[in-house]
Amino acid sequence: MKLNGAQILMKVLQEERVDTIFGFPGGTVIDIYDELAKTDIRHILVRHEQGAVHAADGYARASGKTGVCLVTSGPGATNTVTGVATAYMDSIPLVVLTGQVPTHLIGNDAFQEVDIVGITRPCTKHNYLVTRVEDLARILKEAFYIARSGRPGPVLVDIPKNVSVAKTDYKPIEKVSINSYSPTYEPNTKQLKKVMKLVKEAHRPMIFAGGGVILSKASAELTTFARKIRIPVTMSLMGLGAFPGNDPLSLGMIGMHGTYRANMATAACDVLIGIGVRFDDRVTGKTDCFAAQAKIVHIDIDPTSIRKNVTVAVPVVGDCRISLQHLNRMIDEADLGDLEAKRNPWLRQIEEWRRAYKLAYDQNPEGSIKPQYVIDCLYRLTNGKALITTEVGQNQMWTAQYYHFEKPGHFLSSGGLGTMGFGLPAAIGAQAAFPGKPVVDVAGDGSIQMNIQEMATAVEHGLPVKVVILNNGYLGMVRQWQQLFYDRRYAATCMNCAPDFVLLAQAYGAVGLRAERPSEVEPVLRKGLETPGPVIMDFRVEKEECVYPMVPAGAPITEMLLA
Amino acid sequence: MIETEEKHILTMLVDNKPGVLSRVVGLFSGKGFNIDSLCVAETIDPAVSRITIVTQANSLVLEQIEKQLRKLINVIKLRDMTGPRAVKREMALICIRAKRESRDEILRLADIFRCKIVDVGPQYYIIEATGDRGKMEALISLLKPMGIKKIARTGSIALYREPD
Repeated sequence: MKLNGAQILMKVLQEERVDTIFGFPGGTVIDIYDELAKTDIRHILVRHEQGAVHAADGYARASGKTGVCLVTSGPGATNTVTGVATAYMDSIPLVVLTGQVPTHLIGNDAFQEVDIVGITRPCTKHNYLVTRVEDLARILKEAFYIARSGRPGPVLVDIPKNVSVAKTDYKPIEKVSINSYSPTYEPNTKQLKKVMKLVKEAHRPMIFAGGGVILSKASAELTTFARKIRIPVTMSLMGLGAFPGNDPLSLGMIGMHGTYRANMATAACDVLIGIGVRFDDRVTGKTDCFAAQAKIVHIDIDPTSIRKNVTVAVPVVGDCRISLQHLNRMIDEADLGDLEAKRNPWLRQIEEWRRAYKLAYDQNPEGSIKPQYVIDCLYRLTNGKALITTEVGQNQMWTAQYYHFEKPGHFLSSGGLGTMGFGLPAAIGAQAAFPGKPVVDVAGDGSIQMNIQEMATAVEHGLPVKVVILNNGYLGMVRQWQQLFYDRRYAATCMNCAPDFVLLAQAYGAVGLRAERPSEVEPVLRKGLETPGPVIMDFRVEKEECVYPMVPAGAPITEMLLA
Repeated sequence: MIETEEKHILTMLVDNKPGVLSRVVGLFSGKGFNIDSLCVAETIDPAVSRITIVTQANSLVLEQIEKQLRKLINVIKLRDMTGPRAVKREMALICIRAKRESRDEILRLADIFRCKIVDVGPQYYIIEATGDRGKMEALISLLKPMGIKKIARTGSIALYREPD
């Protein structure tokens, strides 16, 4: 069967069961769009290509499927870079399709030509420039395979215009094999036995779970593992939801804005089992002091994550889920003695830390709105079941602290790259994956303006995302650093001129609501969540509230500023 | 504890495709690893190239370099050629000032180091030298006082000795 490149692309997308694409058309992808319109694949037209990648990313994080986006060459392609880097840092499976000028013009500085493969080489898992239509089907299949296998990540495929119109014989590719790429899923049994030995001997063990647990769909196995051997669990920002946040064994989040008990326990534990984590600097603080008394076990599918930042006693290269399944089986067969008695002193100590310093805020009913109170109300009103995206900064940290995520795939946030402007398009993507679920973007007044144009996308496509703006008139997190470490010199962090978000919502054809007093928070949230269609809720919060606890950058994580 | 950096010679078989060298080199620059020398050419299989890189690193960094290189989709195989199990050679073309009083001395040195004179002029010789790194350094230091006008070095290549 003779097909042109654009038709082959549609075939592969259908074989890969892609139901939704986020994109923005242009000259070099016009033939692809022409074919796309003939299929039943839903195309969501964004207002900026960065939004397309974040939306595909939000779709992937929420659904566990591979997100797909399609943009044109030149500026269309360069506008994806922040989104691609965001997905790369958080290991999100994406296939990013970019148009390219015809092959005979490549290198000629043609109109809307850019070397996007060169530009994105360091921020993709892999990328391709397709030079012959005969290679297109294979490359696209490889792209999907690479994106979702092993440690997932974005793969970019650059398709010149003449490749999308050239014809070739097409037959479906059944199996992809790349001889230089075979991720290790199955862990080494010898290493797992070493893990068991450490677990058996440990007096003060703890688990540190990260995004890898969510990506490998290992939450159930992790929960079984932790409960069976009564080990408390802390999570990285990316790991929130991997273990139920309200479980008595949950320590909450670790790191710079982690809980007091999680950070204290990390310093005191004698065995630390890191699962699907990469010991990021926001987690470890000063690495020399991090878990200094502990033997560290590190389970991860990516060998480069292991021994990159911290010394590891027992490395285990493998899929988190498969590794935990093995460990759970080994626990069933092992005699671990009286775990209850063995763990009690350690768990009592953790309980003492929990009582000594709880996450708390003081909402004066006559005072200004505390941002934490907004998240608290949101948590209660949604029964902790909403899909929550965030922007980056204080809004992100308060959400991580006060919305106690029960399940994986419910907290969608740019962890590694820290991309402001992520939340709204990601919410659109998550809503596209789950039209019936409540989806809320928790934003700041600064970060929401980085991709506010996507309100039009939400309205046009009937995606009823709710935006909660914690509006303090500042770029709050940087302002907090300036308050604490730069003698309150608020250089360039005061945003005096923001739009009226209620009117702005209306201008986009959405609904805008505002709360200025604590008593208005619940009614506004309730009304906003009940209103059909997209809603922006503008909460005028306390201007100089800080996120606590806070570990100053580079300090040991036990040195927390508590208030 | 600060570990000392040591020289390591890494060779890898990679897909012989456009952009692959750029992925390898970009990894070194992007992650702050260093490259002392670099050598690339096709192997007997035209679909595969061999890249040889000499780098300086302590053991932790070396471990990262190796893991990161293996992670690249286009890297088929990677080996650390440091140590006696591998044969290493590099080549240099050295253009040396050759005044009448030093011409004999240069020829003698060339002979001792088993070099070839590949071009001769009234004021210069071009010498072709091959050998391991130590030999090259020794030759260069002996020639230096005579006045090296230009030098082109290939950097190291290496092959593992076949097992007996």
